[in-house]
Amino acid sequence: MKEHEAEVRKKLGGISRRDFLRYCTVMAAGMGLPLGMGAKIAEAITNPKRPPVIWLSFQECTGCVESLLRSTHPTLEHLLLDLISLDYSETLSVAAGHQVEAAKQKSIQENKGKFILVVDGSVPTKEGGIYCKIGGKTALEILNETYPHAAAVIAMGSCSSWGGIPAAGPNPTGAKGITELVKGKPVVTIPGCPPNPYNLLSTVIHFLTLKKLPELDEKGRPTFAYSRVIHENCERRPHFDAGRFAIQYGDENHRKGYCLYKLGCKGPETFNNCSTLQFGDTGAGTWPVGAGHPCFGCSEKGVGFSTPLHTLARLHTVTPPSTYPRIHEEKGGGATVLGAAVVAGVAGAAIGAGATLAKRLGEHERDAEKKEEHPRKKEK
Amino acid sequence: MGGFKPLGGKIITKPFLVLAAFALFAGILIIKRFIFGIGAVSNMSDGYPWGIWIAYDVVVGTAFACGGYAMALLIYVFNKKTYYPLIRAAILASMFGYTLAGVSIFFDVGRYWQAYNLILPWYAQLNSVMFEVALCVTTYIMVLWIEFTPAFLERWNKEKVLKVLKKVLFAFIAIGVLLPTMHQSSLGLLIYIAGQKVSPLWQTDFIPLLFLISSITMGYAIVVFESIISSLGFRRPMETPLLSKLSAIIPKLILLYLVFRFGDLLWRGQLGAILRLDIKSFMFIIENILYIAPMVILFRPVNRERPRMLFIGAVLMLLAGAVYRFNAFLIGFDPGPGWHYFPSFSETMITLGIIALEVLLYLVVVKTLPVLPDVKHA
Amino acid sequence: MDMKRRDFLKGVAYGGLLLAADVPSALAARAPKALPPEAVGFLYDATLCIGCKACVAACKQYNNMPPEHSTTDNIYDNPLDLSGKTLNIIKLYTHGAGVEKDKENGFSYVKRQCMHCIDPSCVSACPVSALTKDPKTGIVSYNKDACIGCRYCQVACPYNIPKFEWDEPFPQIRKCQLCSHRLKEGKYAACCEFCPTGASLYGKVTDLQAEARRRLTLRPGDEYEFPVAHINSDQKSLRAVEQYYPYLYGEKDGGGTQILMLAGVPFDKLGMPKLSEVSDAARSEGLQHTIYKGMIAPVALLGGLLYAVYRNTKKDE
Repeated sequence: MKEHEAEVRKKLGGISRRDFLRYCTVMAAGMGLPLGMGAKIAEAITNPKRPPVIWLSFQECTGCVESLLRSTHPTLEHLLLDLISLDYSETLSVAAGHQVEAAKQKSIQENKGKFILVVDGSVPTKEGGIYCKIGGKTALEILNETYPHAAAVIAMGSCSSWGGIPAAGPNPTGAKGITELVKGKPVVTIPGCPPNPYNLLSTVIHFLTLKKLPELDEKGRPTFAYSRVIHENCERRPHFDAGRFAIQYGDENHRKGYCLYKLGCKGPETFNNCSTLQFGDTGAGTWPVGAGHPCFGCSEKGVGFSTPLHTLARLHTVTPPSTYPRIHEEKGGGATVLGAAVVAGVAGAAIGAGATLAKRLGEHERDAEKKEEHPRKKEK
Repeated sequence: MGGFKPLGGKIITKPFLVLAAFALFAGILIIKRFIFGIGAVSNMSDGYPWGIWIAYDVVVGTAFACGGYAMALLIYVFNKKTYYPLIRAAILASMFGYTLAGVSIFFDVGRYWQAYNLILPWYAQLNSVMFEVALCVTTYIMVLWIEFTPAFLERWNKEKVLKVLKKVLFAFIAIGVLLPTMHQSSLGLLIYIAGQKVSPLWQTDFIPLLFLISSITMGYAIVVFESIISSLGFRRPMETPLLSKLSAIIPKLILLYLVFRFGDLLWRGQLGAILRLDIKSFMFIIENILYIAPMVILFRPVNRERPRMLFIGAVLMLLAGAVYRFNAFLIGFDPGPGWHYFPSFSETMITLGIIALEVLLYLVVVKTLPVLPDVKHA
Repeated sequence: MDMKRRDFLKGVAYGGLLLAADVPSALAARAPKALPPEAVGFLYDATLCIGCKACVAACKQYNNMPPEHSTTDNIYDNPLDLSGKTLNIIKLYTHGAGVEKDKENGFSYVKRQCMHCIDPSCVSACPVSALTKDPKTGIVSYNKDACIGCRYCQVACPYNIPKFEWDEPFPQIRKCQLCSHRLKEGKYAACCEFCPTGASLYGKVTDLQAEARRRLTLRPGDEYEFPVAHINSDQKSLRAVEQYYPYLYGEKDGGGTQILMLAGVPFDKLGMPKLSEVSDAARSEGLQHTIYKGMIAPVALLGGLLYAVYRNTKKDE
């Protein structure tokens, strides 16, 4: 038994079997998979043949890779050395230049139809895509020669998902997300700027374990992470429902931790799991809203980088506040000055006309009596 | 029996233009209502779903238009031919009164493009008072137009058609007496289902009877009123002898009405509600003073000989009937605390426009068609 | 008066006929309608309601109703009353300091929506059968294809429930239809399904009546297992019974309703009207059919009128 334990430990790069299984279970829970899945995940990622991954970076800031570097379960070295075989990454590969380009080609040839392609950064399309070149090839060329051979394509970050910052107006490079460029293959998008690394890791491990992609929404986002708006599970939600808002940065309400909606928080229209998963494993409350800044919708196309930071969000779901109408509310149109004036005018005119007519009839009677004639002849 | 003759004279006069302006303004507001919905022009609400368009244009308006009914009842059923000279003007006023009430309903109902559902048998709902009223009023509008057709035919000398029509006209006259008997009582019954929302001062099992008696009374009053106004306005001789005889009916009907009105309140033990001195009791007192005053005035034969007193009596009776109807449908109708209703500017202007159109059409028709009695014959 | 004696007598006879047609000789209301044996509804127990408004939100969602704003920030769905956009609402009664829940000198929630009367005034009033009561479930529902928008249902309803879309060029009447569209899917009223405490409890009306009467016999402070969401559900909430106001609203009011209400506060304080046990529909139909006697009276009257008018016009020619 001891011997077996040691063997497993060796395979797992030094972590204990117990820690490892716990990790797998956490992973399963994160994706909303049944508990028994933990064991299956363990089996998949201890497989001696580590799945090859090719990571292409185009018009990007390396934030996505940086965020991945900061994940703690698994740690980066564990991920790279034990879980996957990262055959190409501009940031993380030890080799450089022609050497690494050749390694990429080799890996593509060897793992046709088996490797996972991860892309971060947008692809410039204007003027033949000359705004981003690597090893003499444009980003577009690199993408087009790589993705047809991939088993799965994952767009990491908002830039590769839908354009992100490079595609923000006026978009000088004609930047596009790879979803618009990859044809005939589903693209998993993990939008965010940067996205939560666990949304990527969970997707990769789901694929390794079940040999298929997780359930995706119509924008290619895994539903385990992107099916609910941030607002729904926000820690500040009770303040929203109670109508308590921070009005200015640093004001009394802001310091009390009230809802940031009126500061322009885009939580109500941004689909992401920030409010449940928080960000980057650095401790409780560590995500923009937790730190007192409104969400700016980095992962949502049409929100992040395109609507002003402090405009009020559109509400997807409208819920009641905790105030109540009284049993009898005042309703219906009361008298307005104009309305009343018209009615009074009509009444006045009618009384006036009636009185005038009655008076004329009185005169008429007197005339008739005076002349003592048949009233009918007199009129003519 | 005397004949009828068009008045002649200029059609486009100063009153004509004023009335046309009112009608036109109302027309513009009605277009606004069709584009933006009823809420855009009216103050009606979910608590007061019926405003002055129903309370005035329909409930009061058709009662004002009961002249034709009341006169037909007198002339053709009770065989008092002496009143024949008054019939055509009465029917004309009824025709416009009812037709324009029909027009008002058309823009008052929300889903007017489906209004024809009322005549589709598979949608018919025989327990509905509204169904009865709607069908009855619609039919009566058609009957009134047929009853008035001889005026058109005489004007354009269609003797043959006139002869044929006269043969069957009696049937339409009979139906023309039956239908208002039905729907004028049912109009009162309309508000009956509102139950406790209507003040006990007006909510009673006798409401159909009260509505019926008062509509007939108002019918005679409007004939007197119109005759005097026509005589003054068109500088024609007064029809005083005829009117004084006709107006003798009014106080008797009022007395009958008041016996039922107060007998019912006494029987239900609601007389105390009169002295509560809230807006409802205040309006009740006004309403019944308006009933008692013309009764007192017109009971005296001397007063009935004097056009002035006849006029005052008729006007008071019309006001009495109008206030009674307003009270039953609006003042006495209370959907509960918090709800308010007062007609909006646009809403009132639309109703005024409808009245203006009614008067305008009346003026045009009496000038061009044989409606008023030929003075030489009279 | 140059009236002949004969004419006068005839006149009296016709006049008598006219009046006879109108005087409500027997003011008997139409026989009361019975509750369909399989009728469904819900029991709203205000003592269990926590005012979370999950029912309001669920109602909007499952009936595709738009939010309604009553404050200027337009953030919340916060209607002040039922309307063309709101079919279900939680209202608050407070009195005095308003501290103690379910006390007359305290506060209470109340849920308002269509009561699904056993003998509905709106159904009796509607001239075109746009409002109908399902013979099996008893649900009162609306057919916009029949409706002419006359709003007589609004005038007739003692609870002011049917609402009209005043600001629409092509308006409809809106009212709770007890999620009859969800019933077809095998589900039930959303307000009950999403009620976390069992304050809105869906079920067969007869079962609900029995449940409500049982609750009224409980002593305050006793522990009782309150079913949650559906009367037949396994989910129960064990809690102490509050002091009920000893009245089951909807059992007989206005001829009875399929929505039943229990509360700690008298119902008139919660805005519920005091209605007689005979429904307005039964009274109105009774009176109407007394007058018309199944159209026999008008036809008889017409016969008399035809004869009289024919004779009286004949003489002139």
